Amino acid sequence: MNRLFQLSQQPPQWLSQSDPRLRVILALLLALVTVNLSGLAILGFLLISALSLALSAGIPFSHLLKRLLAFEGFMLLVLLFVPFSIAGDSILQLGPFAASEQGLERAITIVLRANTVVIGLLALLGTMEPEVLGHSLAKLKLPEKLVHLFLLTIRYIGVLYDEYQRLRQAMRARAFVAGSNRHSWRSFGWLIGMLLVRSLQRSQRILGAMKCRGFHGQFYLLDNQRWQNRDSIFLTVAVTLLAIPLTLDTLL
Amino acid sequence: MAHIPDGVLAAPVLITGAIASAAAVSIAVKKLDYDRIPQAAVLAAAFFIASLVTVPVGASSVHLLLNGLMGVLLGWTAVPAILVALILQAVFFGYGGLLVLGVNTFNLALPALLVGLVIAPRLKNSSGRQLFIWGAVAGGTGVCLTAVLVSLSLLISGPEYLAASKVILVTYLPLMLAEAAVTGATLSFLQRVAPELLWEQKV
Repeated sequence: MNRLFQLSQQPPQWLSQSDPRLRVILALLLALVTVNLSGLAILGFLLISALSLALSAGIPFSHLLKRLLAFEGFMLLVLLFVPFSIAGDSILQLGPFAASEQGLERAITIVLRANTVVIGLLALLGTMEPEVLGHSLAKLKLPEKLVHLFLLTIRYIGVLYDEYQRLRQAMRARAFVAGSNRHSWRSFGWLIGMLLVRSLQRSQRILGAMKCRGFHGQFYLLDNQRWQNRDSIFLTVAVTLLAIPLTLDTLL
Repeated sequence: MAHIPDGVLAAPVLITGAIASAAAVSIAVKKLDYDRIPQAAVLAAAFFIASLVTVPVGASSVHLLLNGLMGVLLGWTAVPAILVALILQAVFFGYGGLLVLGVNTFNLALPALLVGLVIAPRLKNSSGRQLFIWGAVAGGTGVCLTAVLVSLSLLISGPEYLAASKVILVTYLPLMLAEAAVTGATLSFLQRVAPELLWEQKV
Protein backbone atom coordinates (compact mmCIF):
# COMPACT_ATOMS: atom_id res chain seq x y z
CA MET A 1 0.00 0.00 0.00
CA ASN A 2 2.91 2.35 0.49
CA ARG A 3 4.29 1.99 -2.99
CA LEU A 4 3.18 5.53 -3.60
CA PHE A 5 5.30 6.85 -0.76
CA GLN A 6 8.31 4.61 -0.95
CA LEU A 7 11.45 6.57 -1.67
CA SER A 8 14.24 4.36 -0.46
CA GLN A 9 14.39 0.62 -1.05
CA GLN A 10 16.41 -0.11 2.00
CA PRO A 11 17.23 2.68 4.43
CA PRO A 12 20.58 2.05 6.15
CA GLN A 13 20.58 0.80 9.70
CA TRP A 14 21.85 3.96 11.38
CA LEU A 15 18.86 5.79 9.89
CA SER A 16 16.14 3.23 10.46
CA GLN A 17 17.25 2.63 14.05
CA SER A 18 17.25 6.28 15.06
CA ASP A 19 14.20 7.63 16.84
CA PRO A 20 11.66 9.07 14.36
CA ARG A 21 11.17 12.08 16.62
CA LEU A 22 14.86 12.82 16.25
CA ARG A 23 14.45 12.87 12.49
CA VAL A 24 11.47 15.26 12.67
CA ILE A 25 13.43 17.60 14.97
CA LEU A 26 16.51 17.43 12.76
CA ALA A 27 14.48 18.24 9.65
CA LEU A 28 13.02 21.28 11.42
CA LEU A 29 16.45 22.42 12.62
CA LEU A 30 17.95 21.99 9.16
CA ALA A 31 15.14 24.07 7.62
CA LEU A 32 15.48 26.79 10.28
CA VAL A 33 19.25 27.05 9.83
CA THR A 34 19.06 26.94 6.05
CA VAL A 35 16.59 29.79 5.64
CA ASN A 36 18.72 31.96 7.93
CA LEU A 37 21.93 31.49 5.94
CA SER A 38 22.87 33.90 3.19
CA GLY A 39 26.48 33.14 2.22
CA LEU A 40 26.57 31.33 -1.11
CA ALA A 41 29.58 29.17 -0.30
CA ILE A 42 28.10 28.01 3.01
CA LEU A 43 24.72 27.31 1.43
CA GLY A 44 26.41 25.36 -1.34
CA PHE A 45 28.29 23.32 1.24
CA LEU A 46 25.05 22.63 3.14
CA LEU A 47 23.32 21.58 -0.10
CA ILE A 48 26.09 19.11 -0.86
CA SER A 49 25.86 17.75 2.69
CA ALA A 50 22.08 17.32 2.35
CA LEU A 51 22.61 15.61 -0.99
CA SER A 52 25.13 13.16 0.43
CA LEU A 53 22.80 12.51 3.36
CA ALA A 54 20.01 11.68 0.90
CA LEU A 55 22.22 9.39 -1.15
CA SER A 56 23.55 7.62 1.93
CA ALA A 57 19.94 7.23 3.12
CA GLY A 58 19.46 4.97 0.12
CA ILE A 59 17.38 7.25 -2.12
CA PRO A 60 18.32 6.46 -5.73
CA PHE A 61 19.62 9.57 -7.50
CA SER A 62 17.06 9.27 -10.32
CA HIS A 63 14.23 9.25 -7.74
CA LEU A 64 15.65 12.30 -6.04
CA LEU A 65 15.97 14.14 -9.33
CA LYS A 66 12.38 13.37 -10.25
CA ARG A 67 11.13 14.70 -6.90
CA LEU A 68 13.22 17.84 -7.26
CA LEU A 69 11.87 18.54 -10.74
CA ALA A 70 8.44 18.87 -9.15
CA PHE A 71 9.24 22.30 -7.78
CA GLU A 72 11.94 23.51 -10.13
CA GLY A 73 9.23 25.32 -12.12
CA PHE A 74 8.88 27.71 -9.22
CA MET A 75 12.66 27.98 -8.95
CA LEU A 76 12.91 28.77 -12.65
CA LEU A 77 10.54 31.71 -12.17
CA VAL A 78 12.66 33.00 -9.31
CA LEU A 79 15.87 32.63 -11.31
CA LEU A 80 14.33 34.37 -14.32
CA PHE A 81 12.67 37.30 -12.64
CA VAL A 82 14.41 38.11 -9.37
CA PRO A 83 17.74 39.21 -10.94
CA PHE A 84 15.84 41.78 -13.00
CA SER A 85 13.87 43.08 -10.03
CA ILE A 86 16.70 44.12 -7.70
CA ALA A 87 18.63 47.26 -8.42
CA GLY A 88 22.43 47.03 -8.45
CA ASP A 89 25.43 46.60 -10.69
CA SER A 90 24.15 45.59 -14.08
CA ILE A 91 25.57 42.41 -15.55
CA LEU A 92 23.12 41.73 -18.37
CA GLN A 93 21.05 44.14 -20.43
CA LEU A 94 17.91 42.90 -22.17
CA GLY A 95 16.20 45.89 -23.79
CA PRO A 96 14.93 48.09 -20.97
CA PHE A 97 15.58 45.41 -18.31
CA ALA A 98 18.85 44.98 -16.51
CA ALA A 99 19.85 42.01 -14.42
CA SER A 100 21.90 43.00 -11.40
CA GLU A 101 24.67 41.11 -9.73
CA GLN A 102 22.97 41.46 -6.35
CA GLY A 103 19.73 40.16 -7.85
CA LEU A 104 21.44 37.11 -9.31
CA GLU A 105 23.09 36.41 -5.98
CA ARG A 106 19.72 36.63 -4.23
CA ALA A 107 18.11 34.29 -6.75
CA ILE A 108 20.86 31.71 -6.36
CA THR A 109 20.54 31.98 -2.58
CA ILE A 110 16.83 31.19 -2.81
CA VAL A 111 17.38 28.22 -5.12
CA LEU A 112 20.10 26.77 -2.87
CA ARG A 113 17.97 27.19 0.26
CA ALA A 114 14.86 25.61 -1.25
CA ASN A 115 16.78 22.64 -2.62
CA THR A 116 18.64 22.04 0.63
CA VAL A 117 15.43 21.99 2.67
CA VAL A 118 13.61 19.68 0.28
CA ILE A 119 16.52 17.25 -0.05
CA GLY A 120 16.96 17.21 3.73
CA LEU A 121 13.24 16.61 4.17
CA LEU A 122 13.19 13.72 1.71
CA ALA A 123 16.31 12.17 3.27
CA LEU A 124 15.24 12.45 6.91
CA LEU A 125 11.46 12.02 6.74
CA GLY A 126 10.75 10.72 3.24
CA THR A 127 12.58 7.48 3.99
CA MET A 128 10.26 6.75 6.93
CA GLU A 129 7.13 4.65 6.85
CA PRO A 130 4.28 7.20 6.75
CA GLU A 131 2.62 5.51 9.76
CA VAL A 132 5.79 5.92 11.80
CA LEU A 133 5.80 9.60 10.93
CA GLY A 134 2.20 9.81 12.17
CA HIS A 135 3.11 8.16 15.45
CA SER A 136 6.04 10.46 16.01
CA LEU A 137 3.81 13.48 15.31
CA ALA A 138 1.50 12.19 18.05
CA LYS A 139 4.46 11.92 20.40
CA LEU A 140 5.45 15.46 19.55
CA LYS A 141 2.07 16.47 20.98
CA LEU A 142 0.12 17.30 17.85
CA PRO A 143 -3.65 17.22 18.42
CA GLU A 144 -4.81 13.63 18.71
CA LYS A 145 -7.67 13.97 16.24
CA LEU A 146 -5.32 15.45 13.67
CA VAL A 147 -2.99 12.46 14.07
CA HIS A 148 -5.93 10.05 13.72
CA LEU A 149 -6.93 11.85 10.56
CA PHE A 150 -3.32 11.65 9.32
CA LEU A 151 -3.02 7.90 10.00
CA LEU A 152 -6.37 7.01 8.44
CA THR A 153 -5.68 9.23 5.44
CA ILE A 154 -2.39 7.42 4.76
CA ARG A 155 -4.17 4.10 5.05
CA TYR A 156 -6.86 5.06 2.57
CA ILE A 157 -4.58 6.77 0.07
CA GLY A 158 -3.17 3.33 -0.65
CA VAL A 159 -6.61 1.75 -1.00
CA LEU A 160 -8.10 4.55 -3.08
CA TYR A 161 -5.06 4.69 -5.35
CA ASP A 162 -5.86 1.13 -6.40
CA GLU A 163 -9.50 2.11 -6.89
CA TYR A 164 -8.39 5.07 -8.99
CA GLN A 165 -6.22 2.83 -11.16
CA ARG A 166 -9.17 0.49 -11.70
CA LEU A 167 -11.38 3.39 -12.78
CA ARG A 168 -8.67 4.70 -15.11
CA GLN A 169 -8.24 1.25 -16.59
CA ALA A 170 -11.99 1.09 -17.21
CA MET A 171 -11.76 4.43 -18.98
CA ARG A 172 -8.83 3.21 -21.07
CA ALA A 173 -10.79 0.09 -21.98
CA ARG A 174 -13.43 2.44 -23.43
CA ALA A 175 -10.68 4.14 -25.46
CA PHE A 176 -10.61 7.32 -23.41
CA VAL A 177 -7.72 9.58 -24.29
CA ALA A 178 -7.43 12.76 -22.25
CA GLY A 179 -7.57 15.86 -24.38
CA SER A 180 -8.28 19.51 -23.85
CA ASN A 181 -12.00 19.41 -24.45
CA ARG A 182 -15.34 19.39 -22.66
CA HIS A 183 -15.73 15.65 -22.95
CA SER A 184 -12.44 14.99 -21.15
CA TRP A 185 -13.14 17.48 -18.40
CA ARG A 186 -16.59 16.04 -17.81
CA SER A 187 -15.15 12.55 -17.72
CA PHE A 188 -12.56 13.64 -15.16
CA GLY A 189 -15.34 15.25 -13.14
CA TRP A 190 -17.27 11.98 -13.18
CA LEU A 191 -14.11 10.06 -12.33
CA ILE A 192 -13.55 12.21 -9.24
CA GLY A 193 -17.24 12.01 -8.37
CA MET A 194 -17.17 8.22 -8.61
CA LEU A 195 -14.02 8.09 -6.47
CA LEU A 196 -15.78 10.23 -3.83
CA VAL A 197 -18.97 8.13 -3.87
CA ARG A 198 -17.08 4.86 -3.49
CA SER A 199 -14.88 6.37 -0.76
CA LEU A 200 -17.90 7.54 1.15
CA GLN A 201 -19.51 4.12 1.06
CA ARG A 202 -16.23 2.66 2.18
CA SER A 203 -15.97 5.14 5.05
CA GLN A 204 -19.41 4.10 6.31
CA ARG A 205 -18.31 0.47 6.34
CA ILE A 206 -15.11 1.47 8.14
CA LEU A 207 -16.99 3.39 10.80
CA GLY A 208 -19.31 0.44 11.31
CA ALA A 209 -16.36 -1.93 11.64
CA MET A 210 -14.56 0.40 14.01
CA LYS A 211 -17.62 0.81 16.20
CA CYS A 212 -18.04 -2.96 16.24
CA ARG A 213 -14.52 -3.19 17.68
CA GLY A 214 -15.38 -0.71 20.37
CA PHE A 215 -13.85 2.43 18.88
CA HIS A 216 -14.64 5.39 21.07
CA GLY A 217 -12.26 8.00 19.90
CA GLN A 218 -8.91 6.54 20.79
CA PHE A 219 -6.40 4.60 18.78
CA TYR A 220 -3.76 2.65 20.54
CA LEU A 221 -0.57 4.04 19.13
CA LEU A 222 2.02 1.32 19.31
CA ASP A 223 4.72 2.53 21.60
CA ASN A 224 7.90 1.19 20.09
CA GLN A 225 9.70 4.45 19.78
CA ARG A 226 12.33 4.73 22.46
CA TRP A 227 14.63 7.67 22.80
CA GLN A 228 18.06 6.15 23.30
CA ASN A 229 21.46 7.50 24.25
CA ARG A 230 22.47 7.12 20.64
CA ASP A 231 19.72 9.56 19.64
CA SER A 232 20.92 12.14 22.15
CA ILE A 233 24.47 11.85 20.84
CA PHE A 234 23.19 12.10 17.29
CA LEU A 235 21.21 15.23 18.15
CA THR A 236 24.20 16.86 19.86
CA VAL A 237 26.48 16.15 16.90
CA ALA A 238 23.89 17.44 14.43
CA VAL A 239 23.26 20.64 16.40
CA THR A 240 27.00 21.29 16.57
CA LEU A 241 27.40 20.63 12.86
CA LEU A 242 24.50 23.00 12.08
CA ALA A 243 25.82 25.68 14.43
CA ILE A 244 29.11 25.89 12.52
CA PRO A 245 27.67 27.26 9.25
CA LEU A 246 25.38 29.57 11.23
CA THR A 247 28.27 31.15 13.14
CA LEU A 248 30.45 31.29 10.02
CA ASP A 249 27.63 33.02 8.19
CA THR A 250 27.22 35.72 10.83
CA LEU A 251 30.98 36.22 11.16
CA LEU A 252 31.74 36.49 7.47
CA MET B 1 2.38 26.12 -8.24
CA ALA B 2 0.29 26.32 -5.08
CA HIS B 3 3.24 24.96 -3.13
CA ILE B 4 5.71 27.70 -2.26
CA PRO B 5 9.12 26.20 -1.42
CA ASP B 6 11.12 27.04 1.69
CA GLY B 7 13.59 29.90 1.63
CA VAL B 8 11.45 32.12 -0.57
CA LEU B 9 9.16 33.92 1.84
CA ALA B 10 10.11 36.43 4.52
CA ALA B 11 9.94 35.47 8.21
CA PRO B 12 6.90 37.68 9.10
CA VAL B 13 4.86 36.05 6.32
CA LEU B 14 5.88 32.56 7.49
CA ILE B 15 4.98 33.31 11.09
CA THR B 16 1.63 34.91 10.23
CA GLY B 17 0.76 31.99 7.98
CA ALA B 18 1.72 29.46 10.65
CA ILE B 19 -0.34 31.19 13.34
CA ALA B 20 -3.38 31.60 11.08
CA SER B 21 -3.25 27.96 9.97
CA ALA B 22 -2.72 26.69 13.51
CA ALA B 23 -5.77 28.65 14.65
CA ALA B 24 -7.90 27.38 11.75
CA VAL B 25 -6.77 23.78 12.28
CA SER B 26 -7.50 23.88 16.01
CA ILE B 27 -11.00 25.28 15.40
CA ALA B 28 -11.64 22.65 12.74
CA VAL B 29 -10.29 19.82 14.89
CA LYS B 30 -12.47 20.91 17.79
CA LYS B 31 -15.52 20.84 15.51
CA LEU B 32 -14.55 17.43 14.09
CA ASP B 33 -16.51 14.68 15.75
CA TYR B 34 -14.75 11.34 16.37
CA ASP B 35 -17.50 9.67 14.38
CA ARG B 36 -16.65 11.79 11.37
CA ILE B 37 -12.92 11.09 11.35
CA PRO B 38 -13.10 7.98 9.10
CA GLN B 39 -15.26 9.86 6.61
CA ALA B 40 -13.00 12.91 6.66
CA ALA B 41 -9.92 10.70 6.23
CA VAL B 42 -11.36 8.78 3.30
CA LEU B 43 -12.43 11.99 1.57
CA ALA B 44 -9.03 13.57 2.28
CA ALA B 45 -7.40 10.51 0.71
CA ALA B 46 -9.74 10.76 -2.29
CA PHE B 47 -8.76 14.39 -2.78
CA PHE B 48 -5.09 13.50 -2.49
CA ILE B 49 -5.48 10.89 -5.23
CA ALA B 50 -7.57 13.23 -7.38
CA SER B 51 -4.80 15.83 -7.26
CA LEU B 52 -2.49 13.31 -8.95
CA VAL B 53 -4.69 13.36 -12.08
CA THR B 54 -3.08 15.22 -14.97
CA VAL B 55 -5.66 17.26 -16.86
CA PRO B 56 -4.72 18.66 -20.29
CA VAL B 57 -5.64 22.30 -20.92
CA GLY B 58 -4.70 23.68 -24.32
CA ALA B 59 -1.02 22.98 -24.89
CA SER B 60 -0.22 22.57 -21.21
CA SER B 61 -1.48 20.24 -18.52
CA VAL B 62 -2.36 20.90 -14.90
CA HIS B 63 -2.89 19.11 -11.60
CA LEU B 64 -6.15 20.03 -9.91
CA LEU B 65 -6.17 21.72 -6.50
CA LEU B 66 -9.79 20.81 -5.69
CA ASN B 67 -9.90 23.15 -2.70
CA GLY B 68 -13.22 24.59 -3.91
CA LEU B 69 -14.76 21.12 -4.06
CA MET B 70 -13.29 20.23 -0.67
CA GLY B 71 -14.78 23.37 0.86
CA VAL B 72 -18.21 22.54 -0.53
CA LEU B 73 -18.17 18.90 0.56
CA LEU B 74 -16.21 19.04 3.82
CA GLY B 75 -16.78 22.49 5.31
CA TRP B 76 -14.37 23.14 8.18
CA THR B 77 -12.96 19.61 7.93
CA ALA B 78 -11.30 20.74 4.70
CA VAL B 79 -8.65 22.59 6.77
CA PRO B 80 -7.04 19.58 8.51
CA ALA B 81 -7.56 17.51 5.35
CA ILE B 82 -5.54 20.07 3.36
CA LEU B 83 -2.85 20.18 6.06
CA VAL B 84 -2.47 16.39 6.04
CA ALA B 85 -2.26 16.31 2.25
CA LEU B 86 0.36 19.08 2.23
CA ILE B 87 2.50 17.32 4.87
CA LEU B 88 2.45 14.14 2.81
CA GLN B 89 3.22 16.00 -0.41
CA ALA B 90 6.10 17.88 1.21
CA VAL B 91 7.68 14.92 2.97
CA PHE B 92 7.27 12.20 0.34
CA PHE B 93 6.98 14.10 -2.94
CA GLY B 94 9.14 17.15 -2.33
CA TYR B 95 6.41 19.69 -3.10
CA GLY B 96 6.84 22.81 -0.98
CA GLY B 97 8.75 22.78 2.26
CA LEU B 98 8.56 22.49 6.01
CA LEU B 99 8.50 26.01 7.41
CA VAL B 100 6.12 27.19 4.69
CA LEU B 101 3.52 24.56 5.57
CA GLY B 102 1.52 27.17 7.49
CA VAL B 103 1.41 29.63 4.60
CA ASN B 104 0.66 26.93 2.04
CA THR B 105 -2.15 25.51 4.18
CA PHE B 106 -3.62 28.96 4.67
CA ASN B 107 -3.47 29.78 0.95
CA LEU B 108 -5.48 26.66 0.10
CA ALA B 109 -7.75 26.44 3.14
CA LEU B 110 -9.07 30.00 3.32
CA PRO B 111 -10.58 29.82 -0.19
CA ALA B 112 -12.01 26.39 0.66
CA LEU B 113 -13.70 27.78 3.77
CA LEU B 114 -15.08 30.80 1.93
CA VAL B 115 -16.42 28.69 -0.93
CA GLY B 116 -17.96 26.29 1.58
CA LEU B 117 -19.62 29.14 3.41
CA VAL B 118 -20.96 31.07 0.42
CA ILE B 119 -21.60 28.56 -2.34
CA ALA B 120 -22.46 25.31 -0.53
CA PRO B 121 -25.90 26.57 0.66
CA ARG B 122 -26.81 27.52 -2.92
CA LEU B 123 -26.19 24.02 -4.21
CA LYS B 124 -29.12 22.63 -2.25
CA ASN B 125 -31.74 24.56 -4.18
CA SER B 126 -30.27 24.20 -7.64
CA SER B 127 -30.24 21.39 -10.15
CA GLY B 128 -29.18 20.57 -13.69
CA ARG B 129 -27.41 23.34 -15.50
CA GLN B 130 -27.68 25.72 -12.58
CA LEU B 131 -25.90 23.26 -10.31
CA PHE B 132 -23.12 22.82 -12.86
CA ILE B 133 -22.65 26.56 -12.99
CA TRP B 134 -22.53 26.92 -9.21
CA GLY B 135 -20.05 24.05 -9.09
CA ALA B 136 -17.92 25.73 -11.75
CA VAL B 137 -18.05 28.96 -9.76
CA ALA B 138 -16.95 27.09 -6.63
CA GLY B 139 -14.00 25.44 -8.42
CA GLY B 140 -12.97 28.60 -10.23
CA THR B 141 -13.21 30.78 -7.13
CA GLY B 142 -11.17 28.34 -5.06
CA VAL B 143 -8.30 28.42 -7.56
CA CYS B 144 -8.59 32.15 -8.19
CA LEU B 145 -8.44 33.06 -4.48
CA THR B 146 -5.51 30.68 -3.96
CA ALA B 147 -3.66 32.32 -6.87
CA VAL B 148 -4.24 35.74 -5.34
CA LEU B 149 -3.10 34.57 -1.89
CA VAL B 150 0.06 32.93 -3.30
CA SER B 151 0.94 36.12 -5.19
CA LEU B 152 0.22 38.21 -2.11
CA SER B 153 2.43 36.08 0.12
CA LEU B 154 5.26 36.56 -2.39
CA LEU B 155 4.64 40.29 -2.77
CA ILE B 156 4.54 40.98 0.96
CA SER B 157 7.81 39.06 1.33
CA GLY B 158 9.67 41.41 -0.94
CA PRO B 159 9.28 43.75 -3.93
CA GLU B 160 11.72 41.59 -5.92
CA TYR B 161 8.93 39.04 -6.44
CA LEU B 162 6.64 41.49 -8.27
CA ALA B 163 7.36 40.17 -11.77
CA ALA B 164 7.40 36.51 -10.68
CA SER B 165 4.07 36.82 -8.88
CA LYS B 166 2.44 38.36 -11.96
CA VAL B 167 3.64 35.42 -14.05
CA ILE B 168 2.32 33.02 -11.40
CA LEU B 169 -1.10 34.66 -11.60
CA VAL B 170 -1.12 34.08 -15.36
CA THR B 171 -0.09 30.41 -14.99
CA TYR B 172 -3.16 29.87 -12.82
CA LEU B 173 -5.55 30.77 -15.67
CA PRO B 174 -5.58 27.37 -17.40
CA LEU B 175 -5.88 25.66 -14.03
CA MET B 176 -8.88 27.84 -13.18
CA LEU B 177 -10.58 26.85 -16.42
CA ALA B 178 -10.00 23.12 -15.92
CA GLU B 179 -10.88 23.24 -12.25
CA ALA B 180 -14.16 25.05 -12.93
CA ALA B 181 -15.18 22.52 -15.60
CA VAL B 182 -14.20 19.48 -13.55
CA THR B 183 -15.73 20.73 -10.28
CA GLY B 184 -18.99 21.55 -12.06
CA ALA B 185 -19.07 18.08 -13.62
CA THR B 186 -18.20 16.40 -10.30
CA LEU B 187 -20.99 18.16 -8.43
CA SER B 188 -23.64 17.47 -11.05
CA PHE B 189 -22.53 13.83 -11.05
CA LEU B 190 -22.79 13.70 -7.25
CA GLN B 191 -26.23 15.24 -7.33
CA ARG B 192 -27.46 12.45 -9.58
CA VAL B 193 -25.64 9.59 -7.90
CA ALA B 194 -25.24 10.52 -4.23
CA PRO B 195 -27.23 13.67 -3.46
CA GLU B 196 -26.87 13.01 0.27
CA LEU B 197 -23.24 14.17 -0.05
CA LEU B 198 -24.45 17.65 -0.96
CA TRP B 199 -27.32 17.77 1.51
CA GLU B 200 -25.43 16.56 4.46
CA GLN B 201 -24.95 18.63 7.59
CA LYS B 202 -21.45 20.09 7.50
CA VAL B 203 -19.35 20.77 10.52
